[in-house]
Amino acid sequence: MAIYLTKESKVLVQGMTGGEGMKHTRRMLAAGTDVVGGVNPRKAGRTVDFDDRAVPVFGSVREGIEATGADVTVVFVPPAFAKAAVMEAADAGIGLAVVITEGIPVHDSVAFHRYAKASGTRVIGPNCPGLITPGQSNAGIIPADITKPGRIGLVSKSGTLTYQLMYELRDIGFSTCVGIGGDPVVGTTHIDCLAAFQEDPDTELIVLIGEIGGDAEERAAAYVREHVTKPVVGYIAGFTAPEGKTMGHAGAIVSGSSGTASAKKEALEAAGVKVGSTPTETARLVLDHLEAARDVTHS
Amino acid sequence: MDLYEHQARELFEEHGILVPRAEVTDSSKEAREIARRLGGRVVVKAQVKTGGRGKAGGVKLAADPAAAELTARQILGMDIKGHTVGKVMLAHPVDIESEFYVSYVLDRAAGTFLAIASAEGGMDIEEVAATRPEAVARIPIDPAEGVTSAKAGEIADAAGLPPQTVDVLVRLWDVLVREDALLVEVNPLVRTAQGQILALDGKVTLDDNARFRQSRWGADDVEHDDALEATAAAKGLNYVKLDGEVGIIGNGAGLVMSTLDVVAGCGARPANFLDIGGGASAKIMADGLSVILSDPAVKSVFVNVFGGITACDAVADGIVQALDAVQLTKPLVVRLDGNNAARGRAILDDRGHPLVQQATTMDGAARRAADLANAR
Repeated sequence: MAIYLTKESKVLVQGMTGGEGMKHTRRMLAAGTDVVGGVNPRKAGRTVDFDDRAVPVFGSVREGIEATGADVTVVFVPPAFAKAAVMEAADAGIGLAVVITEGIPVHDSVAFHRYAKASGTRVIGPNCPGLITPGQSNAGIIPADITKPGRIGLVSKSGTLTYQLMYELRDIGFSTCVGIGGDPVVGTTHIDCLAAFQEDPDTELIVLIGEIGGDAEERAAAYVREHVTKPVVGYIAGFTAPEGKTMGHAGAIVSGSSGTASAKKEALEAAGVKVGSTPTETARLVLDHLEAARDVTHS
Repeated sequence: MDLYEHQARELFEEHGILVPRAEVTDSSKEAREIARRLGGRVVVKAQVKTGGRGKAGGVKLAADPAAAELTARQILGMDIKGHTVGKVMLAHPVDIESEFYVSYVLDRAAGTFLAIASAEGGMDIEEVAATRPEAVARIPIDPAEGVTSAKAGEIADAAGLPPQTVDVLVRLWDVLVREDALLVEVNPLVRTAQGQILALDGKVTLDDNARFRQSRWGADDVEHDDALEATAAAKGLNYVKLDGEVGIIGNGAGLVMSTLDVVAGCGARPANFLDIGGGASAKIMADGLSVILSDPAVKSVFVNVFGGITACDAVADGIVQALDAVQLTKPLVVRLDGNNAARGRAILDDRGHPLVQQATTMDGAARRAADLANAR
């Protein structure tokens, strides 16, 4: 099962013929992703050879969908063209657009999120590593070889913290890991993923990684309290971040008294989420929980 | 990027919003001349990117040009919440009849912009919202439609603002969209005794991501409070100076933030945030090390890299090359984990630099770096 992405997903890559697009398309194919085409109006009709697979380039997302039945697109196009790329994909009726591009102006992302929503297209990102369902498909830039399939669902604002946890918990494995992105406005939230993992029979436990800025984690905590019966383990980064400074991610900023790590941790703990103080301790909490659950089943 | 008040004032003026006559200077002598040009009596306002200037003594009325010079001399160089005043703005005083609050802010959760308006301006709006929420109107704006006269009328009505503010609300939206701003705030927006609507003070935050299409704010406009931040920015590094003694280098914003926290949890304070991104090349590693080693507060350095897309052996090669390019003067703790971690560690062991230590876990490495900093 997994969420949003399975081995059945047919994936287009917008910006496949650029440097990053080429590099990551190769990696996605190696991870088993069914990459059915690239999109570039200037190179339409050509094919690009990736080791043993020739991937066709289409002139538009619509042509790509018509020719292949694609239902997912991964967007690598530069910031200036990202808005048009996402709107084109939404117009063509794609189900899921994974926007890897970092540095998209917020006015552009506000516009394409609204547009995509109205068209029924789910957007993941922007400024995100994408998502992976280990052993099935990888849409984005998450390294596929650091973990294996399993029963943990993970949702995170941060790419490298996702990788860190995927690696620390590689012996348990993951159903799906979703990097929702570090921008102030993202298409898919912690709550969307919590809801999907709650419904996913392949997911036994959920790891939620957040960071300073905004109140997405507080909202997620309220959602957990009301709607999530599966165990949730959390981690929050940015306790030492000073007020008013952007910490790498465009959205990672404490403004006045809002968006602090402490407030997020407290909200999660109040909702019954165990929150680790380091990534390693977070992984330990997951292992402890799974062990305890196993003991209960066996006794 | 936050703008100074005088820059926000300029933007407002360009977009047809009435503002008081004003000029900006960094010299008290010139302040006297400006006051003379503005008619003698002026308000002298510290230009700092923080709130609470008035309470800190950074805003004062001067009765004549001589007083303006004296006041400017007092305010220039003043420290307001850690910000040194480099410039003052001298503004023609305004005869205020009533004060309002208007802003457009990004609503992150809703993924759209929000108009916030109140007939109770001049104060801290968060305080008004907390004590008298009914006095603050919050109206979401559809980005595709923007703020038309009708929408502006709706905002003014909801907040109890006079109808003359409608034009300002429309123009302020124009500032937000045309300038790629994430925040525009006018507080107070005033009605003068003569019935004019004037933006008396403003705050504008521009979207750094939109720099490529906003030629107005060149690289020169980015002012760094800190010399190390300026040096790092010139090298294209994602660096923030902090008040500690453990230098930090890591890959990925989340992992670096986490590294700062873990070091703090070990009883030392991080000296900086530095995200070298996924690639972690020798060049960027050397640039990062040189910035951190030039920070006199740094006593130890912690390089925390998770090898994902770029495997650890490539990262280790980068570190070894950086060690050839930069004279290491402080102990360096390296933690490599992820793809090819063992090979990466072996590369660093072979290099055998006397000041380089390795730890296999993030928590263990943080502990080591903290202990080294505390021992020196």
